[in-house]
Amino acid sequence: MSIFEAILLTVITASTPLVIAALGELVTERSGVLNLGVEGMMIMGAVAAFAGAQMSGSPYVGIVCGIAAGALFSLLFAFLTLTLVANQVATGLALTLLGLGASGMLGEAYVSVPGIRLGEIVIPGLSDIPVIGHVLFRQDLVFYLSIALVVGVSWFLFRSRAGLKLRAIGDSHGSAHALGIQVIRTRYLAVMFGGACAGLAGAQLSLVYTPQWAENMSAGRGWITLALVVFASWRPWRVFAGGYLFGAVTILQLHAQAFGLGIPSQFLSMLPYAATIVVLIIISHNRRTTLINTPASLGKAFVPER
Amino acid sequence: MRIELEKRPDISKLYAFVSPLLALVLTLIFGAIMFAMLGKDPVEALNAFFVEPLLEVWSLHELAIKAAPLILIAVGLAVCYRSNNWNIGAEGQFTIGAITGSYLPIVFYDWHSPLVLPLMLILGALGGALFAAIPALLKAHFNTNEILTSLMLVYIAQLFLDWLIRGAWRDPKGFNFPVSRDFAPEAVLPAIWEESGRAHWAFIFAIVAAIGVWFMLRYTLKGFEIVVLGQSERAGRFAGFSSKKMIWFSFLFSGALAGLAGIAEVSGSIGHLQPAISPGYGFTAIIVAFLGRLNPLGIIASGLVLALTYLGGEAAQLSLGVSDKVTRVFQGLLLFFVLSCDTLIYYKIRIVWSRLRGEAA
Repeated sequence: MSIFEAILLTVITASTPLVIAALGELVTERSGVLNLGVEGMMIMGAVAAFAGAQMSGSPYVGIVCGIAAGALFSLLFAFLTLTLVANQVATGLALTLLGLGASGMLGEAYVSVPGIRLGEIVIPGLSDIPVIGHVLFRQDLVFYLSIALVVGVSWFLFRSRAGLKLRAIGDSHGSAHALGIQVIRTRYLAVMFGGACAGLAGAQLSLVYTPQWAENMSAGRGWITLALVVFASWRPWRVFAGGYLFGAVTILQLHAQAFGLGIPSQFLSMLPYAATIVVLIIISHNRRTTLINTPASLGKAFVPER
Repeated sequence: MRIELEKRPDISKLYAFVSPLLALVLTLIFGAIMFAMLGKDPVEALNAFFVEPLLEVWSLHELAIKAAPLILIAVGLAVCYRSNNWNIGAEGQFTIGAITGSYLPIVFYDWHSPLVLPLMLILGALGGALFAAIPALLKAHFNTNEILTSLMLVYIAQLFLDWLIRGAWRDPKGFNFPVSRDFAPEAVLPAIWEESGRAHWAFIFAIVAAIGVWFMLRYTLKGFEIVVLGQSERAGRFAGFSSKKMIWFSFLFSGALAGLAGIAEVSGSIGHLQPAISPGYGFTAIIVAFLGRLNPLGIIASGLVLALTYLGGEAAQLSLGVSDKVTRVFQGLLLFFVLSCDTLIYYKIRIVWSRLRGEAA
């Protein structure tokens, strides 16, 4: 395997969780709900996946546990913000704080326990193609799922009736409600889909990216995910491209550290965070385009008239 | 079963007072359940967590030490949140304040003067304010989401501190440990009442800041401006208030208080710089601000409550052998319950048992 292939493989591994979590958040935000708890749901997914894999011996059970944990945890957020109309920003923060704490507590028994790595699935025929075959068709399940999710979410939002309804809710919950669309129920489902995706992204972290458990191992990826959705102006394919851009920054920074460019490692580690800020500036400074792209009801509470 | 909300004609004064208390009680109940699931006697555990730390004078001092940064930061955040500016990066402003304030005692350690300490505090506040100026600038001029930028800056601040401590500012006599040299005595924030415990002046700063901001919010034009702009930018514009200026004001103000908290913590409690200077004070202060209903006097009370969760976590670790992560869980739960109980202030909650929508009503 050439160095080029090796770098490509690590970029894919670093990008996959960003793409998955961002797709989930994209659907949530398209329904008009701003969930800042991605970091918390992701880390809960990571710990649940690790624990599930340890207890059953199978990383696939781990993945299911990660998805379930993310979805269940997001229900807390949904109940507070949708049923009790609590402030979405503050509730999302609460979800992250609780997730970081609870995962630390639940995961304490697993610190420095050797992890179980999710194996690769070789696709016969395609995997023999030089370079591309090696990189794209000898991957783990989560990578294939991430591709399926990009296609699926894109189709759902822009080609299906349910997706049209979901977007309508996100753009004007009042009108959607008047048309008889179930605003609250749809939003519950959208939030839980976002939670499930964040959980899956977390499972990837503790079963593929670094097959082990460490406290705070999500390291701000959940927050970068939120920036990614803004960067992508709420479009699935741009989330995909953006996820790979950020993944590449993360990996190139690691390789730069390995080569020892004379730049202190701490400054290289700052790169993904600094890149997030720079990207946000570039995307946001044109007020008009952001206004057009942002779902109009994003972050606003909805209380049905009775 | 379905939960229905009915908007109250006016916000409920009663529930505005009761809801934080209700949240506390619910947190305790859930805490007891959690301890029971961990196999501990809930009564004994809650006692060790929340009561025993209050029974000794030295530990009341520790409570004041932990409450001081929480109150200082939360008071600044309350100004931000009331004006609808979401500064989530206080942890970073705290870190940078600790660094800029430590410049004198670390780089000019030979300079001995009574001026050192006041200058350190000023530098700390300035550092915090300047660091908070970054998300303010980005929000005011580029329309950039301040939640994300201020949060990304937390990671950058922590990496910067790490670099300083392992490089230029490392103590040459520190056996290669990543710590700076110890502050000279005149660079250490004095204790309030030395005979009985360690509590230092940071607690007094916190109380003064809280009362000052309470006065500002209640009796001054600036306070009115904060509230009006927070509730409706449009209404604020009609009144001639500028939301752009408010972005700057609220961020610089909260950044300065977080920076002051940072240098006060390093100078008063730790005595040197090290990679870990905060057990998440900047994030916990968000909970303090909400539990205190964004009211500075309420924040004094809620700061003491959250300080107790830190202290109780340490005590429970020793006496019960539970993880210190329990502290974080308690804090997260508390914020959840505060937010859900707040619904009672604005809405009447009705639980509807029948599947049919109340025709009879």
